[in-house]
Amino acid sequence: MRTPTIRTGAALAAAGLTLLAAPAPASAEAPTPSPGATPVTRAGTSFLTATGIAAGQPVRVNASTGDFLYWSFPASAGQRHEVTATVSFPKPHTGASTWTVEVFDGLRRRQACTAGAQAPTVDASARAVTLGCTLRQVRSWAEPWSADPLPGTYYVRLSVVDLPEPDLGLPVDVELLVTADGDGSRDDGELKAPLVPNPKAGAVLTDEPAAAKADEEDDAGFADRLPALGSRWVWSTVGGVLAAVAGVVGFALTRRPRRP
Amino acid sequence: MINKRRSTAVLIGLLAATVLTGPGPAVADEETPAEPPKVELVLDVSGSMRARDIDGRSRISVAQQAFAEVVDALPEETQLGIRVLGATYRGKDKKQGCQDTQQIVPVGPVDRTRAKAAVATLRPTGFTPVGLALRAAAQDLGTGATVRRIVLITDGEDTCAPPDPCEVARELAAQGTKLVVDTLGLAPDDKVRRQLLCIAGATGGTYTAAQSADELTGRIKQLVDRAQETYTAAPTVVDGTTQCANAPLLAPGVYSDREAFSQHRWYRVPVRPGQELRASASVALDRPVNLDHGVLLRATATDGRELVRGSDAGSGRTDVVSAGLRWSATEDGTAPSPGATDAPVPATTVCLVVSNSFAPRPGTRATPGMPVELTVDVVASSPAPAAPDLGRGWVLLALLTLAGLLTGLLVGLLTRWWVATWRQH
Repeated sequence: MRTPTIRTGAALAAAGLTLLAAPAPASAEAPTPSPGATPVTRAGTSFLTATGIAAGQPVRVNASTGDFLYWSFPASAGQRHEVTATVSFPKPHTGASTWTVEVFDGLRRRQACTAGAQAPTVDASARAVTLGCTLRQVRSWAEPWSADPLPGTYYVRLSVVDLPEPDLGLPVDVELLVTADGDGSRDDGELKAPLVPNPKAGAVLTDEPAAAKADEEDDAGFADRLPALGSRWVWSTVGGVLAAVAGVVGFALTRRPRRP
Repeated sequence: MINKRRSTAVLIGLLAATVLTGPGPAVADEETPAEPPKVELVLDVSGSMRARDIDGRSRISVAQQAFAEVVDALPEETQLGIRVLGATYRGKDKKQGCQDTQQIVPVGPVDRTRAKAAVATLRPTGFTPVGLALRAAAQDLGTGATVRRIVLITDGEDTCAPPDPCEVARELAAQGTKLVVDTLGLAPDDKVRRQLLCIAGATGGTYTAAQSADELTGRIKQLVDRAQETYTAAPTVVDGTTQCANAPLLAPGVYSDREAFSQHRWYRVPVRPGQELRASASVALDRPVNLDHGVLLRATATDGRELVRGSDAGSGRTDVVSAGLRWSATEDGTAPSPGATDAPVPATTVCLVVSNSFAPRPGTRATPGMPVELTVDVVASSPAPAAPDLGRGWVLLALLTLAGLLTGLLVGLLTRWWVATWRQH
C-alpha cells in the first residue's frame, strides 16, 4: 500500500522537475512583422528627427542613395532586439557599395551587434542588399560608467558608407523591421529614468543654482515597502513554503495507513 | 518568455499581491513649437531647363507638373514659399543676369490656385545664380525657433560664382537659425552632382538625382512632408569656451555649437546629489575630411579630475559621429546621512568637454567650425542594487520542494523505525 503512494509522489516530483526544466521555445524562424501592424512610410534624417517605430512594425520607405535614415524604437529590460533591413536598387549601380545599419542608445552611444550582417558589400550587379543586427539583451540596471544596453530609446541609422560617387542620389527602396524577443529581466536593480532623450531646446543658466534641499525620497507608503512581485524575497519565501509543504507530505507518505 | 509568464501567474495565485513592477520607459513630454513648419522651394528656371531629356518632356514642364502636385498635396499647416532663379532676364550681361531671383509665392499659408498659376507661367530664360537665391531664400524664411527647410531644384551648376553656392550654404548653416537645404538634380552631370552634394552636406540635407517626373514629384512631396513630420524646435545656440571656469552653464535640453578641427569646447552642468548627469555630443561632418575620425566627450570635476568619458570613432562616409556618457553624483561622495537632508546641499558643477579627431583634407576650409549637437539631461540617479543573498527562479523552487520532500520522507522513516524499536523493548 505504501510503496505505490511513494512511487506516485516520486513520479509527480520528477514530472514537475522535467516540466520546470523544459527550455523556452527557440525562436529560430525569420523575423516577421506583427499581424495588423501599420507600416511606417517615413524616416528621419538625424537623431533629433528620427521617426518613432515600434517592434514588429514594418517600415517601407523610398529614399535616395546616400541618405542617412534614422528611426527610433523603445526598449524595455529583458528584451533582445533584432533589426533586419533590405535595400533594393531599382536602377543599376556603377560599382560595388557597402551599406551599414548602426544602432545607438538614447545617449547616442554605439551598440554592439551580436549577430547579423551589419555592413555588407554588394557588387554593381546586385539588385538588393540585406542587412541585420541582433542587439544584446537590455539590462534593467548598469553602472553609469558601463556601456551596457539599458531601457529607453534606441536609434537605428541606415546608410551607405562606401560607393562610387556617381551612384549617389539614385533611388532606393528600403524595408526595415525591428523585432523584440524576450520579456522581463532577471537582473537586480532598476534604472530610475529610462534613457529617453530630452528633445526640448536647452536654456543657458546665468548663474549657479542656489543650494537647495536634496531631493528627498517621498515617504514610501506601505505598498512601496513590500518587495516587488518576482523579487528574490518573494521567490525564496515561496520556496520555503513549498519545502515545508513537501516535508509534511513526505512525512505523511511514510505513515502506516490506518485500518478502517 | 513562457516560463516568466507562468511564474508570474503562479506567484499571483500564491500571494495575491498587487505590487506592480517597475514602470515602462516614459515618453518625453512633447512640446509643440510655436511656429508652423516653413519650407521654401527654390526652382532653377535658367535656359538649360528647356532641354527635353526627361521622359521626352522638357525639364521645366516636369518641374511645373511636380510643383502643381506638391501644392495640391500640401499639408494644411505647412507654410510654403516658392522662389525662382534665372526666370526673367533675357540678356547676355552676366552681372545683371546673376541678380535674377524672385520670390513668386511668399512663405505663408498657401493659396493653391495662385501658387499653381504662378508656377505655370514660368519660362526657361536666364543665368543660374544659385548662391544668391539660397541667401535670399534663407531671408524669406526668416529667423525663429524652429528648423527651416529649403528644397533646391536645379539642372545646371551655378554660372554666377562667386559667391560659391556651397560656401553660401555653409555660411547660412553657421548662422543662428537652423537651416537644412535638400537638393534635387534634374538629369545632373558630374559637376552639378558635386555642387549639390556639397550644398546638402554643408547643411545636413539630402541629395537626389531625379531622372523621371515620378521621381521628382515623389521626392519633393516626401521632403515637404518631412518638413512637417520631423518638425522640431531648433536647438539653442551656445558658445562653448576653451576652459571650464568660464564655460556656459547649461540646463537640460538640446544645444548646438560649432567646433573647429582639434578644438576643445567646454560647458558646465550643475548636478545635485541624488541626480545623474546624461550627456551626448554629435559632431557633424559637413565638409570633406580624412577617412578616419572620432569624437570624445569627457566629464570632469572643476579641478580637472576626469569623472567619465564617452567616445566613438569611425571610418568612411558618415553624417555625424556621436558619443554619450552617464555620471551619477551620489556614487562620488558620501551618501547624505538621513539627519542631514534638511540642510541645503549645493549642486556639484560638472564640466563637459567635446573634442574631435577629424583631420581636414588639403584645401578643406577650417572656419566656421563643424556643427556640434549637445544634449544634456539631469535625472534621478539609479543607485546600485543591494541584492540580498536569496535566490530566484523555478529551479530554486523545485530544489527546495525536493529537499523538503526527501527530508520529510527521511524523518518519517526514521520515526517509524524508532517507534518500532521502542515498542519491541
